[in-house]
Amino acid sequence: MSIAETTKKPGLSISGLNISFRNKDGWTSVVRNLGFDIAPGETVAIVGESGSGKSVTALSVLGLLPQQSTRIEGSIRLGDKELLSLSPKALKALRGNEIAMIFQEPMTSLNPTMCIGDQIAESIIAHRGISKAEAKVEAIRLMEKVHIPSAARRYGEYPHQFSGGMRQRVMIAIALACKPALLIADEPTTALDVTIQAQVLNLIKELQEEEGMAVLFITHDMGVVAEVADRMVVMYRGDVVEEGTTTEIFANARHPYTKALLSAVPQLGSMSGSSDPQPFAIYDINTGLAAEASVLKSTVDTSEILLDVKDLSVRFPVQQTILGKVTARVHAVENVSLTLARGETLAIVGESGSGKSTTGKLITGLLHPTAGKVEICGKPMRSDTRQSLSRSVQMIFQDPFASLNPRLTVGRAITEPLRIHKLATEKEQDEIAASLLTRVGLSPDIAKRYPHEFSGGQRQRICVARTLALKPSVIIADEAVSALDVSVKAQVVNLLLELQQEMQLGFIFISHDMAVVERISHRVAVMYLGEIVEIGPRAAIFSNPVHPYTRRLIEAVPVPDPSRRRDRHKIADSEIRSPVRPGDYVPPARSYREVSPGHLVQDAGPEWAA
Amino acid sequence: MTGTSLKFTSRQIPAVLLALLLVVSLLAPVLPLQDPLLMDTAARFAAPSGAHLFGQDEFGRDILVRLIFAIRNSLIVAFAAAILAGVIGTALGVMAGYSRGLTEMLAMRFIDIVLCFPPLLLAMLAVTLYGPGPVTLIPVLAIVFVPSFTRVAHASVLSVRSQDYVEAVRSMGASNARVMFSTILPNIAGPLIVQFSFTVAVTVVLESGLSFLGLGVLPPAPSLGLMIGTGRATLAQAPMLLVWPCAALTAMILILNAFCDDLRDRLDPKSSKIRGQ
Repeated sequence: MSIAETTKKPGLSISGLNISFRNKDGWTSVVRNLGFDIAPGETVAIVGESGSGKSVTALSVLGLLPQQSTRIEGSIRLGDKELLSLSPKALKALRGNEIAMIFQEPMTSLNPTMCIGDQIAESIIAHRGISKAEAKVEAIRLMEKVHIPSAARRYGEYPHQFSGGMRQRVMIAIALACKPALLIADEPTTALDVTIQAQVLNLIKELQEEEGMAVLFITHDMGVVAEVADRMVVMYRGDVVEEGTTTEIFANARHPYTKALLSAVPQLGSMSGSSDPQPFAIYDINTGLAAEASVLKSTVDTSEILLDVKDLSVRFPVQQTILGKVTARVHAVENVSLTLARGETLAIVGESGSGKSTTGKLITGLLHPTAGKVEICGKPMRSDTRQSLSRSVQMIFQDPFASLNPRLTVGRAITEPLRIHKLATEKEQDEIAASLLTRVGLSPDIAKRYPHEFSGGQRQRICVARTLALKPSVIIADEAVSALDVSVKAQVVNLLLELQQEMQLGFIFISHDMAVVERISHRVAVMYLGEIVEIGPRAAIFSNPVHPYTRRLIEAVPVPDPSRRRDRHKIADSEIRSPVRPGDYVPPARSYREVSPGHLVQDAGPEWAA
Repeated sequence: MTGTSLKFTSRQIPAVLLALLLVVSLLAPVLPLQDPLLMDTAARFAAPSGAHLFGQDEFGRDILVRLIFAIRNSLIVAFAAAILAGVIGTALGVMAGYSRGLTEMLAMRFIDIVLCFPPLLLAMLAVTLYGPGPVTLIPVLAIVFVPSFTRVAHASVLSVRSQDYVEAVRSMGASNARVMFSTILPNIAGPLIVQFSFTVAVTVVLESGLSFLGLGVLPPAPSLGLMIGTGRATLAQAPMLLVWPCAALTAMILILNAFCDDLRDRLDPKSSKIRGQ
């Protein structure tokens, strides 16, 4: 595309934007006095935490906010068109043609009953009115453009046959079908694995260069911002608190909130030289000053092994012949061995399908292993001992909105484990609930309220309080902070560290977030397709990753520093492979070698050659 | 919070009316009402008067009193059958949905078999075999409605059982019975309550239908279906004899449905708040 053509595309210009929603008490202002411009070919990121009004802004550009209950003032111009005064019909024509949007959930934005190619072709036909045959050719061309391997063959496949990353590529292909002037990307990589995230970001940048479109990028992830955005707008509860070029803001943030946000971003490599976890420095949002981060004492006591897992495997049949012969299995966990000492945090990292969550469920006894054993405090986990052992192992889940029973009050939820094990009277339960709530930094008065009244961070604290009710020695945190906003994430991580200091808890910290893992863990196990490919002290893993997969994982983490953008051509379009194997598959015998004391690496198989 | 306000709102009308229905039908035997079976052949088809507000029927019996007792009979049969069906059906559905595997297969196939019989036909069969009357009617109607509860419960359990809070309770070491009945059950109560309301309403209609055919409540005991049946015969002389039981039947079903709809909203702790993102 020539430069002359590129400049023809209009840019987006927003000024004096105010958005209010109607609720039963009148109007609530959700965005106030927002204004910024995006030139063609430029990427502007709106950054903020939940409730900052960033997604609302995106929807207002598309004219997708409900008209009855929304009031929008100000001006949104695309080129010389004022979007706010357009009729709904004219707006409809604009959407898809000149403005396209990609969403966070590629799983739910595609029609599951239509084949992928037809969905792309459909949008081409709708907007360009060309024949079916031409649209098909164009659709395949677009699929190739977004790097979907063997596009022509996969044209007729359905969304469920595509992985998350591939589906997001399809969404991008649909969005680009009509060469829009503006692409709105609302958290497009949040639901994706880190290596896939790198590929999708890369793709968006590449396409932007080719098409010269303006990109409005909405995200909460500072690492992503640093990676893609030319300029950024920081929003806090509906107000713009800071605006400027990405380099400038990262180097020299002025507003306290921006500073707090930036400092809460976990930085890979910030922990070299220390073998113990470190709490995040918590910044005051009003002043931007850091609270004194406490220095932690070492909690690890290797003389007491809390958890001993040996040769654990679990396989699930996914396909059977009519006679019951299994023809395909998921090898979810394969020969996993690990130990956890008192006061130690072992992080299990990996991407989707790596079996890290399944490992957690096996340890708590929620699933029965196909082979191998789990010992907790020296006692084997079996179906007859699960009831009593479950007192020693507790679990925190990823989604704080799903892991609390909506029909129990907070107090009842926290003391539920006590009632299950019949450990306390009603009166004692109330006291325990109150003291646990205080312990996790919440007011004891909230015990009578229901979980839906609380924010994600508060709910996660409630979940932490619940796990503490039985005074366990091991807590399994399955992506416990992944769904939280950065500043809340830092607080919850700090809370976990404090609790470890106080009670010498052992943590199994399951996560895909390498930067948080670096903060919190003593040791790290990297899982890939059900197997541990590398395990060892955290410092050793991060400073000297040996296995090719560990390296790829660490390289894919976005660096929250715009001056250190990755070389985009280095990122390979590889997919995460599936752990589904044929029924007669025999897992290869794996050998491990010790790189340094305690640092074991699986000898990379032939699939890693090159 | 609407739950705590004492102000009378339109939402409370169904509840008040249902309460009135229930109180009157429960207390009917002890209220100072005339005997519903007392005949007064001299005053056949008498028009409404101070002593007989709705008039008198073809045997000179008080229509209002007969309506009250008819509603009482209907409600007793309907609630007894719906509760029986609800308890059995829900238990079956919850166990099927939670344990999966063989239990699920057996329970759901059993339900499919029951579903094969048209309800009315099944009821007629049972009545032919065991003779008419409420004692036959209640278990028959219950069996007819077990499948709908099982299906609703089964489907709801499937969606709830994969929620993290169910996993969380299991990870705390809760027994299966505890997970099923104290964690899952309250969370699937919404659709089940709606199903219950629907069942009570349909049972009232079915009971009336069977009585109308002479297979349900036996004369001279009062029943809406019977009253409609006899009212039909005397339509020319006294149309109100048909209008009153029909109106009572319609009103009762409307009240039941409106009440259960409202109940479902109230039982949901989230309903009073607009959920955040």
